[in-house]
Amino acid sequence: MLADLAAVFTLIGLTAYVVLGGADFGAGFWDLTAGGAERGAPVRSMIKRAMAPVWEANHVWLIFVLVMLWTAFPEAFGSITSTLAVPLFLAALGIVLRGGAFALKGEAGTVGEARALGATFALSSVLVPFFLGAAAGAIAAGEVPVGNAEGDLWGSWTGTLPVFVGFLAVATGAHLAAVFLGADSQRAAEPELVGRFRARALGSGAAAGALAIAGLVIANSEAPRMYDGLTSGAGLACVIGSALAGVVTLWLEWRQRFEPARYTAAAAVAAIVAGWALAQAPYLLPPELTVHEAAASDATLAALVIAATIGLALLIPALAWLFRLTLSGKLRYQDEPRP
Amino acid sequence: MQAMSFAVHIPLVCFGIAFPAMVVFLEGLWMRTGDPLYRALAKRWSKAMLILFAIGVVTGTILSFEMGLLWPEFMATFGDVFGLAFGIEGFSFFMEAIFIAIYVYGWDRLPPRTHLAVGLPIILAGFSGSLMVISVNGWMNQPTGFSLQNGEVTDVKPLTALFNSNLWHELVHMYLAGFIVTSFLVASVYAAAWLRGRRDRRHVVGLVVALSFAALAAPAQLLVGDWAARTVAERQPVKLAAFEGLHETEKGAGLEVVPGVEVPKALALLAFHDPNATVRGLDTVPENDQPPVGIVKTSFRAMVGIGTALAALAVWFVWMWWRRRRLPDTVWFPRLLVAAGPLSVVALIAGWVTTEVGRQPWVVYEVMRTRDAVTGADGIPVGFAALSLIYIALAAIAYVMLRRLGRSEFEVSA
Repeated sequence: MLADLAAVFTLIGLTAYVVLGGADFGAGFWDLTAGGAERGAPVRSMIKRAMAPVWEANHVWLIFVLVMLWTAFPEAFGSITSTLAVPLFLAALGIVLRGGAFALKGEAGTVGEARALGATFALSSVLVPFFLGAAAGAIAAGEVPVGNAEGDLWGSWTGTLPVFVGFLAVATGAHLAAVFLGADSQRAAEPELVGRFRARALGSGAAAGALAIAGLVIANSEAPRMYDGLTSGAGLACVIGSALAGVVTLWLEWRQRFEPARYTAAAAVAAIVAGWALAQAPYLLPPELTVHEAAASDATLAALVIAATIGLALLIPALAWLFRLTLSGKLRYQDEPRP
Repeated sequence: MQAMSFAVHIPLVCFGIAFPAMVVFLEGLWMRTGDPLYRALAKRWSKAMLILFAIGVVTGTILSFEMGLLWPEFMATFGDVFGLAFGIEGFSFFMEAIFIAIYVYGWDRLPPRTHLAVGLPIILAGFSGSLMVISVNGWMNQPTGFSLQNGEVTDVKPLTALFNSNLWHELVHMYLAGFIVTSFLVASVYAAAWLRGRRDRRHVVGLVVALSFAALAAPAQLLVGDWAARTVAERQPVKLAAFEGLHETEKGAGLEVVPGVEVPKALALLAFHDPNATVRGLDTVPENDQPPVGIVKTSFRAMVGIGTALAALAVWFVWMWWRRRRLPDTVWFPRLLVAAGPLSVVALIAGWVTTEVGRQPWVVYEVMRTRDAVTGADGIPVGFAALSLIYIALAAIAYVMLRRLGRSEFEVSA
């Protein structure tokens, strides 16, 4: 019971990170592909305005997930981080580069500097979700055995399914970002940008949907257990829910109704994460370790669940306030006058 | 590798702990006096705070990754014992991230009182976050709240582990250190500008506010340091022996002030407040249970020496300000201040080396050895090299940004 609750909290954190953090990484993808300095400038400045006040808070969800995992499921955490050391380390490097480059971007003095920083920011924004996705895919594929670096350091995450999940993570992040940025452009009354993000949202949404369907096919051959989970019971419900939400999102984008599309796009991604979790339940590290076997002692779990409940109760209103202020334009980024 | 990451992260933590308090103090001054200069300065500092926080976020992420990447066995065995602390720390970090964003981006747009109130959760979250991290360190020095049966951790009492008895002195020590490092670093920036001839009111205010915080924290730290050392003497005698390089157990042990000069009975007096107390030496445990004495001794001295010097500097400032209402007019005062900032970081790192290396060879004191905790994965040197490069880049980034911020136009508007 307690272990399940802790797992649910971890999953909530993970979903929040995939949606909110994923969108920030996706914004980096659009930054990367925005085109030359002049043509891409409005896109990039919109990205900056939208991201600056919130990306740190969004990013902390990752730390929340890591902490929940190592406290509630220490054995699984040790196994994951030792076997998947390579992709996780690369993701961590990317996170540093992304954060550092983004923070500095606005302060660049010369065009060359701005270009180098922008490229670093954008490139690492693409690599981080890829590596994190590959790590998640490796767990789903059952490539992470229990123990200190028991799995294959390279082979575990370079199989078809993990690499595929990596691509899926990049695509869903990009799609979320396009929708969010489209909505932000609408609020800012910039019709030209709305059009550009609409095209991006439709394209990336279609790509993410196609990848998700292809993912099922790959799971069928590579990870039959995962496939069974996704095509029966609650897993199937999530898959259908995600597909429906995806279709509705595409329709809303077509009609340029980005505000409701924010929520349907997020729901589509959240349903994928939930579906993955339900498909591999009761296993935390399939095919060996179940959630209950991996769980810490009851006293720890109880304390953690209580702390997390109180923490979330404080956190959610604060986050809601932050998002409301950001969306209502009260936290607009202001460039200081240059010397 | 983790040591390097910590060394990068800790000074940033200091800013997370202390800088919000200083900024909010300035904003409070503005609201009391209505002097726009205070507000402009608070605004300026809050931008620096955001930059440092952003870098703290990424280095903090690296650290939590490294916990698993480097110490899977440690985490797998003890994660559930001290994890609660990190859980609460995670929330603190979250709150800090949210409110820093609202605070920094909300200047001009939120009503003044609301804006000031937003600063308070930042300070609180900085405090509770450091409380929790220190709790883990205190626990590593004095593991409680679980029992060990055949290598399996059982009977976990997370709250006992959380509020272990080392928590309080380590916490106060670290919290004050945060204020010392932040205030001296800020002071040294303004002192450098002072030496270059920029002595307008803005620089005086910046200097005096920073020094006021330093003047509160640095002398108090001497007392707390004494408290901490006595606790160590009682609970981890071997560690204390390493601080002082005491090889053999001695009754009424003396204190070597500089190599070759020993003050009789001083160590016993300091550690136990009793000149005739017996101080246990390193020889009370087998050789492979002894920490590397040279490093511990040197860093302990560096910390104490610099800490004392900083306290003296702060007292000098207080004396002049109190008696004459001005800064000491010798050119040596700003010169010493310029040196004090970096030195305070050295003392900080030295203090941390003292407590960490002093605990070796144990990662969890007298329970788990460091070498049993480490990862079985290869490639650590490669990772180390890559990470070093990244940190150098980060440091350069932070430096360039802060410099640019310092040079940008300073606008005072009501």
